[in-house]
Amino acid sequence: MATLTPEATEVQEPDEHGSRGGLWSWITTVDHKRIGLMYGGTAMFFFLLGGIEALFIRLQLAVPDGTVLTSDQYNQLFTMHGTTMVFLVIMPLAAAFGNYLIPIMIGARDVAFPRMNAMSFWVFLFGGIFLSSSFFLGGFPDGGWFGYAPLSTQSEVIRMDFWALGLLILGIASLAGAVNFTTTIFTMRAPGMTMFKMPVFVWMQLVVAFLLLFSLPVITVALFEVFFDRNFGTLFYDPAAGGDPILYQHLFWLFGHPEVYILILPSMGIVSEVLPVFSRKPLFGYQFVVFAGAAIALLGFGVWAHHMFTSGLGPVAESAFSLTTMFIAVPTGIKIFNWLGTTWGGKISLKTPMLFALGFIAMFTIGGLSGVTHSVVPADTQQTDSYYVVAHFHYVLFGGAMFGIFAGVYYWWPKISGRYLSEALGKWHFWLMLLGFNLTFAPQHWLGLWGMARRTAVYPPDIGLETLNMVSTIGAFLIAVSMLPFLYAMLTNHRKGEPAPADAWDGRTLEWSVSSPPPHHNFHEVPTVEAIDDFWHRKYGEDEEGRAVRIATIPEPERFTDAYIHLPSPSYYPIMLAAGLVLAAYGFLFGPIGIPLLIVGALVLFGGIFGWAQEDPDHPMGDHDDHHGGHDDHEAETGPVEDEAGAAEGETAGDPEAAEVVEGEDA
Amino acid sequence: MLLLGTLVMVLSACADNLPRSTLNPVGENAQTIDDLFRLTLWIAAVFFVGVNFAVLYVAIRYRARKGDEREPKQVHGNDALEITWTVIPALILAVIAVPTVRTIFELADEPENALQVEVIGHQWWWEYRYPDLGVVTANEMWIPTNQPVFLSMTTDDQDVIHSFWIPNLNGKRDVVPGRVNTLSLSAPEPGVYLGQCAEYCGLSHARMRMSVTAVTPAEFDAWVAEQRAPAEVDLDGDGWGLFLDKGCSACHAIGGTDALGGGLNPGPDLTHVASRSTFAGGSYELNTENLRAWLRNPSALKPMEPDVNIGMPNLGLSEDEIDTLVAFLEELK
Repeated sequence: MATLTPEATEVQEPDEHGSRGGLWSWITTVDHKRIGLMYGGTAMFFFLLGGIEALFIRLQLAVPDGTVLTSDQYNQLFTMHGTTMVFLVIMPLAAAFGNYLIPIMIGARDVAFPRMNAMSFWVFLFGGIFLSSSFFLGGFPDGGWFGYAPLSTQSEVIRMDFWALGLLILGIASLAGAVNFTTTIFTMRAPGMTMFKMPVFVWMQLVVAFLLLFSLPVITVALFEVFFDRNFGTLFYDPAAGGDPILYQHLFWLFGHPEVYILILPSMGIVSEVLPVFSRKPLFGYQFVVFAGAAIALLGFGVWAHHMFTSGLGPVAESAFSLTTMFIAVPTGIKIFNWLGTTWGGKISLKTPMLFALGFIAMFTIGGLSGVTHSVVPADTQQTDSYYVVAHFHYVLFGGAMFGIFAGVYYWWPKISGRYLSEALGKWHFWLMLLGFNLTFAPQHWLGLWGMARRTAVYPPDIGLETLNMVSTIGAFLIAVSMLPFLYAMLTNHRKGEPAPADAWDGRTLEWSVSSPPPHHNFHEVPTVEAIDDFWHRKYGEDEEGRAVRIATIPEPERFTDAYIHLPSPSYYPIMLAAGLVLAAYGFLFGPIGIPLLIVGALVLFGGIFGWAQEDPDHPMGDHDDHHGGHDDHEAETGPVEDEAGAAEGETAGDPEAAEVVEGEDA
Repeated sequence: MLLLGTLVMVLSACADNLPRSTLNPVGENAQTIDDLFRLTLWIAAVFFVGVNFAVLYVAIRYRARKGDEREPKQVHGNDALEITWTVIPALILAVIAVPTVRTIFELADEPENALQVEVIGHQWWWEYRYPDLGVVTANEMWIPTNQPVFLSMTTDDQDVIHSFWIPNLNGKRDVVPGRVNTLSLSAPEPGVYLGQCAEYCGLSHARMRMSVTAVTPAEFDAWVAEQRAPAEVDLDGDGWGLFLDKGCSACHAIGGTDALGGGLNPGPDLTHVASRSTFAGGSYELNTENLRAWLRNPSALKPMEPDVNIGMPNLGLSEDEIDTLVAFLEELK
């Protein structure tokens, strides 16, 4: 637990990455920044893996009656491509940004539960390895990322056990992460940072954490039922015994649709940070953007059955879910219009983060609009389970979520490494990816409307699908090529990257007030916040016309290498717990021969829990002599910040002069 | 943007005569859906063009220029604008919502005087039963052009979910074990309309295809009479003997004989198999060469899992046996 007592006697070593004791220090770390980096690195690895799976899929579909893969291999690959990209790439990438940034953006020194944070990461890592290792142990899961019963309960090989158990394990990581983020955001904001002075990125992470808290239990039930049907002879989804396969669909999508917003909202948060900085204007309609995000999340729990418009729900239910689905377009539209309003009349700098953010708006809008056509139930009965849907959600999750994530990577990388990512390579990355992305997925709208069903390993010749499938495959390889400049820039950044100052982009939020990379303890002195974009307002005022005027220059922050700040101590119990959990899962899957492994895993797991429970938060490894009760100190020093929802009003919407300006420019 | 625009026009123009296209509707239901889709699409197109041009405009018009030291005005928001862009999209959505709900209810109605067809989805082929006509067939559904058709669709309890989709004729409808879902079709024009199972149903999902053949009422009556007739089987012939010996009759029925089919792993009714133009889930042309390849190793054409009672096993037939059986099947007209 981070304490704020400056007289604490803990001496921290310099925090240049890698200088704090090598591999062991990473394994036992509870530093939110290191955990964020490990989340990001792992997710990027899985992104490449999921991308390779996609390339095989596109190779198979390049020509009719493709022979690159067998049906069996194809089914495994599309199942794992979806599962990987959703659960092992976009979700953990959002967690990576959240981990690294939330504490710094709200003026805190770590998350609320640093050891649980480490546990989340290790459970995610081992869960991802567990899921992917199925390839060597009988094949990837092959029942689709959505695992519809009774297909998922039907086959006797263990592939879908890997899927169900793997997702259950990953759910633990996400749930713990969500608890951590909500607690951190609610209780650890710097003095003066009311809820409505938080950066929108933090707001969106908070909304996502709530979505996770309420939706993960639902899929947990569904997965347990599938797992029990498969392994213990229960009959939840067996129609012969009165079980109902449609129940599974309700449970899955009651999680699955909020999941879509879990994937996209963090990127909406990123874009809401990037656009103001590169337009040199505040976010247009801050409260509206925040409330629209919360509204999307709330409505997101009331639209799930639009994934089931062909299941035979009956016209009344179909009409109801059609209307809720249309309605969710309204807050989504509000966000898009406010982002455009942010850039309107600004001073736009088309650096790579801004290119990806603008790309996000353009591409996400296409995905949002095709989403509206899905809300028209009769039209959706033609589109669902066709390539039109594949195009739709790739525009949302790749053109949307991934473009937003790349905007965030280019934007915050100078903060993380102290060096900019190459602008030239970044522009190659963006333009190639934009072109490749559209070549891949735009044609799929037509393929779907022309009758190409998804999840089909082969399609017949002579029904007009050849040309666009070939175009789509070429596009997919162009996306792969577009990743090369990015990876090269990443790998050479520590040598070739241009050094970045602390305030790399003339930023608006607190993370730019600390050195790059930030010190281990983030803030030498905990800042006091007075406004939204507090850091900007320390630098700029407004003249009588409302134009920004420089009022102060912030000196480059000192690098505190010997700060007397007490921080939570490292611990190896989180990784131990995670390892035990996954070992036990392996043991469980392999029946009688797995029992020894199951026992070992269970012992390690409970050993981890027991050790953790016994561990004194202040000196777990026995090499610290600090006697501050960290948690209590923290509570005493900061306490939960009172909400003053109304306080932000004057900051954003209440400036009549500004309002006139916008109207004038609009006309 | 220009690229996309050109693409849109070119692709929409050449979609008219594709055989499996939703943009080429035949019959009332498909037409209603297409009209509704196009209405939505035009409205969406306005927003698409608006937002994307706004992005381009902003990037060009407001790009920072060298030498321009002036900072932009710090606009924080505008309540009137917020209300405008909340209310207007909501109103536009209401315009889409009204015909949507009306169409949902219209399409759910059972048409009057409809021809009743029972559709049973199997991993990985379709079975059609005409309860009022006494006809059973597979993969290729025949319908008359003058009459609506009402499908009652389900599958065996141990099977999985499928989805019946003939894009030219109507949207898709899932076929769920333990439930009966319905769908109505009508085809005023004679023709062969192709389809594909649209709910992932396991290993050979991709080869679970089907078609609807619409013919004139007279042709349809003739087809029914032909399909109702028992098979003409030479019960003393080698083919029938081999058919029984190899256990084919455990899964495949032949009307008018002792071959009753059914069982745990049902296969298509073969009474008039040679009258069909495709087989193996509608994914191969029915000809001598393909039938031989099929009998030699069925899973080479359509991967199956006969060891768990899904699909046709490899019977390990000799070339002579294959010839005999193919000749026997080709007589089942």
